[in-house]
Amino acid sequence: MITTDRRSRRDSLQGAGQFKTTYGADQAVFPVAQDRVVVAAAVMAAFVVPPLVASDYWLQAVLIPFLVYALAAIGLNLLTGYAGQLSLGTGGFMAVGAYSAFKLATAFPHLNILVVFVLSGLVAAAVGLFFGIPSLRIKGFYLAVATLASQFFLVWLFNKVAWFTNYASSGTITAPDRTLFGVVITGPNSTAAARYLLALGLVAVFAVIAKNLVRGRVGRAWMAIRDRDIAAEIIGVRPLRTKLLAFGISSFYCGVAGAGLVFLYLGSAETLAFDISISFLVLFMVIIGGLGSILGSFLGAAFIVLMPIVLANAPHAIGLRLPVALQKQIELMVFGGLIIFFLIVEPRGLARLWQITKEKLRLWPFPH
Amino acid sequence: MVDLLYAVAVAPFKDMAGAPAFLIEVLIGGIFAGLMYSLVALGFVLIFKASGVFNFAQGVMVLFAALTLVGLLERGAPVVVALALTTVVMVALAFAIERLVLRPLVNQAHIILFMATIGLNFFLEGFGEMLWGANVKKLDIGIPDRSFIVRGVQINQLELTAAVTAAVLVTLLAVFFQRTRIGRALRAVADDHEAALSIGVPLKTIWIVVWSVAGVVAIVAGLMWGAKSGVQFSLSLIALKALPVLILGGFESVPGAIVGGLIIGVGEKLGEVYWGPLVGGAIENWFAYVLALTVLLARPQGLFGEKIIERV
Repeated sequence: MITTDRRSRRDSLQGAGQFKTTYGADQAVFPVAQDRVVVAAAVMAAFVVPPLVASDYWLQAVLIPFLVYALAAIGLNLLTGYAGQLSLGTGGFMAVGAYSAFKLATAFPHLNILVVFVLSGLVAAAVGLFFGIPSLRIKGFYLAVATLASQFFLVWLFNKVAWFTNYASSGTITAPDRTLFGVVITGPNSTAAARYLLALGLVAVFAVIAKNLVRGRVGRAWMAIRDRDIAAEIIGVRPLRTKLLAFGISSFYCGVAGAGLVFLYLGSAETLAFDISISFLVLFMVIIGGLGSILGSFLGAAFIVLMPIVLANAPHAIGLRLPVALQKQIELMVFGGLIIFFLIVEPRGLARLWQITKEKLRLWPFPH
Repeated sequence: MVDLLYAVAVAPFKDMAGAPAFLIEVLIGGIFAGLMYSLVALGFVLIFKASGVFNFAQGVMVLFAALTLVGLLERGAPVVVALALTTVVMVALAFAIERLVLRPLVNQAHIILFMATIGLNFFLEGFGEMLWGANVKKLDIGIPDRSFIVRGVQINQLELTAAVTAAVLVTLLAVFFQRTRIGRALRAVADDHEAALSIGVPLKTIWIVVWSVAGVVAIVAGLMWGAKSGVQFSLSLIALKALPVLILGGFESVPGAIVGGLIIGVGEKLGEVYWGPLVGGAIENWFAYVLALTVLLARPQGLFGEKIIERV
């Protein structure tokens, strides 16, 4: 994936700035050397460091939810950021993934857990395709509200039909114990480190796929539809196929994320875990992070997952003791205020800040 | 299969024909519920018309207005004074929103403004509860929640009051939009920001006015909903009930909000009473959305929305 081109490297050593001499190098995923090194180092570190040093609290309460939400955010970003279809049905599609993973894992106990994840993603994709059909006629905020239909209907369905929860009287689904390479990786007996590594593996693989998807033919078709759908249609992008593909692939990602939410993060969940607020949360991540940016999905997820934790601990850290209710209300206010603040400062998201930095790095150290 | 078809397509209508008084009761209930939704949807429409902002915080504005009103009443203020003070608070809120949220974000994409109103949603929720407390409050405005019977049909007094209030409010708004100077300016802004600016319509003032009016509509909605089901956090969720009304009627249309509300209210009640039992009930959460979605498939801009004309 990462193209190391000898000539471009030599050029970057000779003068200021990094200039490319082949098309291959210019089209590389990470054309800037510093970026390449930082990303490679970050991915390596993510696999090695946290399982060794992070406490269970950090893994369980911070890193695993971050990864799961990042995956969902990538999914929504493909749909909203790249293909321009505003959706508020994320929670519903995640629920489809979670419940199909639960049904598959309990009905076929010997099925490899990775296969279960992929299959539940496919089920979510099928449901997403169905609910994507109205997008051919309905646009903008009308579509956003229309996707709420899928959100409410799906959650109602899982609540109402006991078959989905294997007739559990509590109405909750619980991740069963499953092993991968002899290690218990999901369920109550798994360690946080094992679940973290599985989540990280999934996110890494799917992020690479998404990154390549959006810079290829499919991604360009999505962006054409997003920017001006009639013009795109005229130059030969088929709206039906392109929009439905966006809904399908996006729902696949959300479905896998939903399965991860239950199997890797929560352990057990009821439909409440997939209500409308989760759809908004993921949409926040996408917009704060940056619409149309894979990196932005990660930054947004980190921001939204970390922010409540920071806010919850901040008064304690500066020695302030507040009543629980008051603290909760202040948290809400600061959270809302920060969202507005970030939108005002950089409406194109956190990823845009990184992009500006990268432009500077490309010509580093002499900008002229 | 035949049984199923019978249960879906024949039995409900037989039930309706069998008990006309009950059907009328259901219909009236639906109309009242629909007008209550319209009250909330109106706030959305006003702001969308004049600024193109999809104001998700409308539901929380309703909650905030109701909380302020109840808080003032609890502290012993007479009803009239409390109403006046709440209006002042909502106008002040409109000023603050224009200055702190809208002005810095002018010319941004619609989705960014939409997100900003969701941020506002969180902020107001925390702020309102911090000021007035989070526990459930009773709002008593002197209208008893009683029913009386007219020709065998039960009518709830509170719902009737709400319906009349909604009708009066809509008439006032229609007059305001059509007949006053500011109303004309509002329509000009809704039509084209730049053209309105170029002939000297002050955009900032217009935004403050429109958010203030939406705030007043929120007070009325909060009053009615609060009297019906108590003032509590769940009041802000009625925004979610107003959304299908909104897309059904069309984002830009005041009459659309009313007609959409009536259709959703009646459809929801009929669906719940006659078809709900078939699928185990509790369908009101999604039924309105599916109904609105079906209409949208035929008319993508809603029933009364402005036709979307697309050019390359």
